[in-house]
Amino acid sequence: MRKFKIPEIGSFRLGLGLVLLFIFVVLGVILPWFAPTNPLTWYKSPRNQGASLHHLLGTTNLGQDIFWLLTWALQNSLVLGLSVAFFSTLIGVFAGLAAGYAGGWVDRVLSFLMDALLCIPSLPILILLAALFGGQLSLPVVGMALVLFNWPYPGRQVRAVALTMREREFVNVAWFSGESSLRILGRHVFPYIAGWSAANFINTVLVGIATETSLAVIGLSSAQQATIGTMIYWALKYQALLSQRYLWVGAPVLSIVLMFIALFLVSSGLAIRSAARRIG
Amino acid sequence: MRLLSQIATRLISYFLVIAFGLTTIFFVPRFAPNDPVEAMLAKVSSTGSFMDAAQSDALRASLTDAFGLQGSLLEQYGRFVKRVLLTGDFGPSLAMYPTPVSELIGRALPWTFGLLLSSTLIAWVLGNFVGLLAGWRPNKASSRIMEAVAITIYPIPYYILALVLSILFSYIWTVFPLTTSVHGAPWSWAFVKSVVWNSILPAASIVIVVFGWWVISVKAQTTALAEEEFIRYARLKGLSDRRIITRYILPNAILPQITFLALQIGLMFNGSIVTEILFEYPGLGHLIYTAVIQGDYNLLMGTISLSIVAVATATMIIDLIYPLLDPRIRAR
Repeated sequence: MRKFKIPEIGSFRLGLGLVLLFIFVVLGVILPWFAPTNPLTWYKSPRNQGASLHHLLGTTNLGQDIFWLLTWALQNSLVLGLSVAFFSTLIGVFAGLAAGYAGGWVDRVLSFLMDALLCIPSLPILILLAALFGGQLSLPVVGMALVLFNWPYPGRQVRAVALTMREREFVNVAWFSGESSLRILGRHVFPYIAGWSAANFINTVLVGIATETSLAVIGLSSAQQATIGTMIYWALKYQALLSQRYLWVGAPVLSIVLMFIALFLVSSGLAIRSAARRIG
Repeated sequence: MRLLSQIATRLISYFLVIAFGLTTIFFVPRFAPNDPVEAMLAKVSSTGSFMDAAQSDALRASLTDAFGLQGSLLEQYGRFVKRVLLTGDFGPSLAMYPTPVSELIGRALPWTFGLLLSSTLIAWVLGNFVGLLAGWRPNKASSRIMEAVAITIYPIPYYILALVLSILFSYIWTVFPLTTSVHGAPWSWAFVKSVVWNSILPAASIVIVVFGWWVISVKAQTTALAEEEFIRYARLKGLSDRRIITRYILPNAILPQITFLALQIGLMFNGSIVTEILFEYPGLGHLIYTAVIQGDYNLLMGTISLSIVAVATATMIIDLIYPLLDPRIRAR
């Protein structure tokens, strides 16, 4: 009974999440190419327009089209999140496998590093970095700092899996039948951690975007680039709320909320599915 | 004996984590392209004050001294660690000269502490209650709706929720104050009332998100526990649902969440920084922001070192308390 019930819930979540995510990929990856001009440029459109056919979400105080600005912001945020997740997962998987397989002092040093980085609140250190770089960090630098704080999550998990794998029968069988360690990792261990890694990957995309946004909302990310966070920052800075221009703030806020829900649905759906497969 | 060695290991890793964090904080400004002393000098001269070469050299020397930047790297490091761990003296704040940084931190800390503690407790109680009920009857419509709500709010970052709440309740429907302003003599009735009134929105933004997490995780725990043998035995014994939930499921479902809390403190602190900035709530997060905006180097280093020590300490305390609460861990 239970074996069938869990994948069903997981698939529904996964499906809903993927559909939502698809919408954001269309908005953030395909549409930006069709933007009539660089939407960051000031006074390309009339200022303070409401929503109309010509300007789908109206325009900002600075004469920027909110809809096209949003597509650019989504693109930057998605690219940032994906690259942070990619490099974190890459480093995490390697460090985790190294720690789990090598054992000894390699394990001890790596484990300590991972635990320490997990314990330390990342935002204060990022704020310190941003403040000392004059509040003008470029997006790649923000991304690198985020990778530094996010690789320990996959790292720890992979290490735990690698530790149990060393004791597993089928790994021993493969070992004694003369398979190379690389092949064992690729053929036997990787499928085991793939589902979980995918879930974690999506989750890291979420964390990456969330952290950049939190830096940006307080004006400490790269203010020259359009990201969801900087859109919110400029909208607040130009008093969009006091002048009751709710679309200007509402559009980025609503899209980031929906995007996070989509990412969470996909990542928890994947996690449930891979857990169910392991049981069944 | 086992317990003692566990505590010792935990304490050693606590000090190592703090050492690691402080070392990171120490080296970041030394490798940053902007020299804090030159930045401060530029700021002073941008206000239109005129200094001749001798005066600006004197100012440079005294700023270098005030920032703890004189001497070799090793000397500076020694002084920095001593400042943070032993004396807690970070020198005077420059934005609010001559108030010592430690006094500013001391003023801000109760606000952050109170905000995080009260919102964690409220979210804990509400989340456990709803999660237990939803997990006990997982297929009821109300349980499914609660879980859907929890899944929807959990992934939203605190500060986005804070923004939404402030738009809804401070701009559109103006019931709550937009920014924090406290009045009345300390600890009078009016003072307490205005503190609570001002804290409702910032706290709500944290409570709602954390509540979402408790519901998701307690519900999953409860549903799994309800299928265990000892629960079936209790049911066959004819115990009431109420008694099974409070005596059999509750302790087993809640205790494992404590380890999660230990992992979550750092993230909650991150969230509270931005929430405090958005609401101008006078806690540690807002102080960090003031330091950044004013270019107050001492205040920045002080607040950030302290937040790392505070989060590491809170995490360690929870880790140490956990075995005392959960007999299964203690026995092992």
